[in-house]
Amino acid sequence: MSPDMWVLLTGILAAVACGVIGSFLVLRQNAMLGDAISHSVLPGLVIAFLITSSRGVVPMIVGAAVMGIATAYLTEVLDRTRNVYRDGALGIVFTFMFAVGVILIAIYADQIDLDQDCVLYGEIAYTPWDVAVVGGKSLGPRAVWILGGVLLANLAFIFSFYKQLKICSFDPAMARAVGLNERLWHYLLMTMVSLTVVAAFESVGAILVVAMLIVPGATAYLLTHRLSVMLVLSGVIGAASAIGGFFAASAIDASISGAMAVVSGLILAIVMITTILVRRISAKRHVRASRENETAPVQSM
Amino acid sequence: MGTAAVAPIEVHDLTVAYRKKPVLWDIDFDLPEGALIGLVGPNGAGKSTLIKAIMGLLPVLSGYVRIYGQPLEKQRELVGYVPQRETVDWDFPVDALDVVTMGRYGRMGLFARPSKRDKEIAMACLDKVGMADYATRQISQLSGGQQQRVFLARALTQDASIYLMDEPFAGVDAATEAAIITLLKDLKSKQKTVVVVHHDLNTAEEYFDYIMLLNMRLVKFGPTAEVFTPENLRITYGGKLQLLSQAAEKIARQG
Repeated sequence: MSPDMWVLLTGILAAVACGVIGSFLVLRQNAMLGDAISHSVLPGLVIAFLITSSRGVVPMIVGAAVMGIATAYLTEVLDRTRNVYRDGALGIVFTFMFAVGVILIAIYADQIDLDQDCVLYGEIAYTPWDVAVVGGKSLGPRAVWILGGVLLANLAFIFSFYKQLKICSFDPAMARAVGLNERLWHYLLMTMVSLTVVAAFESVGAILVVAMLIVPGATAYLLTHRLSVMLVLSGVIGAASAIGGFFAASAIDASISGAMAVVSGLILAIVMITTILVRRISAKRHVRASRENETAPVQSM
Repeated sequence: MGTAAVAPIEVHDLTVAYRKKPVLWDIDFDLPEGALIGLVGPNGAGKSTLIKAIMGLLPVLSGYVRIYGQPLEKQRELVGYVPQRETVDWDFPVDALDVVTMGRYGRMGLFARPSKRDKEIAMACLDKVGMADYATRQISQLSGGQQQRVFLARALTQDASIYLMDEPFAGVDAATEAAIITLLKDLKSKQKTVVVVHHDLNTAEEYFDYIMLLNMRLVKFGPTAEVFTPENLRITYGGKLQLLSQAAEKIARQG
């Protein structure tokens, strides 16, 4: 496969992995949580690096998962003190954790081959040259394997625990009332979001991750009344954004991740405008129909 | 009070705080079995808070709740819950049958999907509230009253012994009001215990066997005829409410 095709595949995998799991953030009206987690994983990555002195997949993913759960847990604890409101609690926790990460990097700067840029702003164009090598054989870009794995994990998670995710997103109080451990499911979802964010960050960069967590889900939400259809659509829209962005970027020689994010935004805009127009037209038709219904009996009299 | 040896719900010295402010103080009662109980009081009296505290949805400062003598965790299947309609996002991409089926989720295995039987039960419960024709409607396309009936149907799928309903009559149409009343009578005939948070003093007397007057503390609880008096209402509402004088007049006229 040509390097270009690997870049495209990486973009698609990242967009679909973020899109499906991010749909649940959209449904919970919790879109900022993706942004928050994408910041608060930083100390996890630094600490994992300090302990293992490697930027390998496993320490990074463990570090991110721990911090993702910590973000969700600390937000919950602050919220439960009832001294701050929920979004306030989230704002406090993620800025605090991001700051800790920045300070850790500053303190250990001489031992760390890790700066904000390389943690937070991966560059998708370089992914084809960072290949996974097993037994002397090249297996293709590392990013494709990691993102492919995360996508499969997300799909398995959603497929296995569909009903729990559904009821906890729609009506958390009812979920608890029927005896489900709503908090546990919340934490598990946050863990999956954290894993996805950190896996995608490294290869495709922050802009694309934050966009793909929310925009495909938000677009799909406008297009359907069924949760299962919404999840499939969010994946399709994510993939379409990646493909469209890839070709747009090569046409105008711009940042690939940036172009993918822009295309997803354009798709959302088109869908939103169309939805509004369709609603207006059907409302007008409805009014006209009811007017005709009203006049009909008058004429017959 | 009731004839049951063990009360369906026993609340003992319950105090609940919300955002640091105590909302309920020293609430203490035993509910009789098989009765329709109206929970009445002014805004901010803690009616919803009491329901949520019984359901274990709020942290409790002191005291405890027992369901047929046991903690809630052991008796969840015996308690059906109808939350306030405004607590959820009605644009959520699910249809009426999906929402009703959620009442069965607590009984399914970790990986299990709703079975054919679960769906049949959900459908039968939708039918009971007159909503069978709307099973595949997306929930945002239902009227407020229809949404309320979907919530009631969901609680019915729990096949519980006790039902806690948070303002089911709030902002509903006449058809829904009639459907709820039929449902309450049906539940009573099956010896179910039903607690209903209720706002309308004009109908409270007619709908419920027992009335609980609440205003942060338990003002009075007992059979409607004994409790629903102008004096007790004045104590509960502090003479603030215009509705109160209307209700008082009505009672006086009847008396």
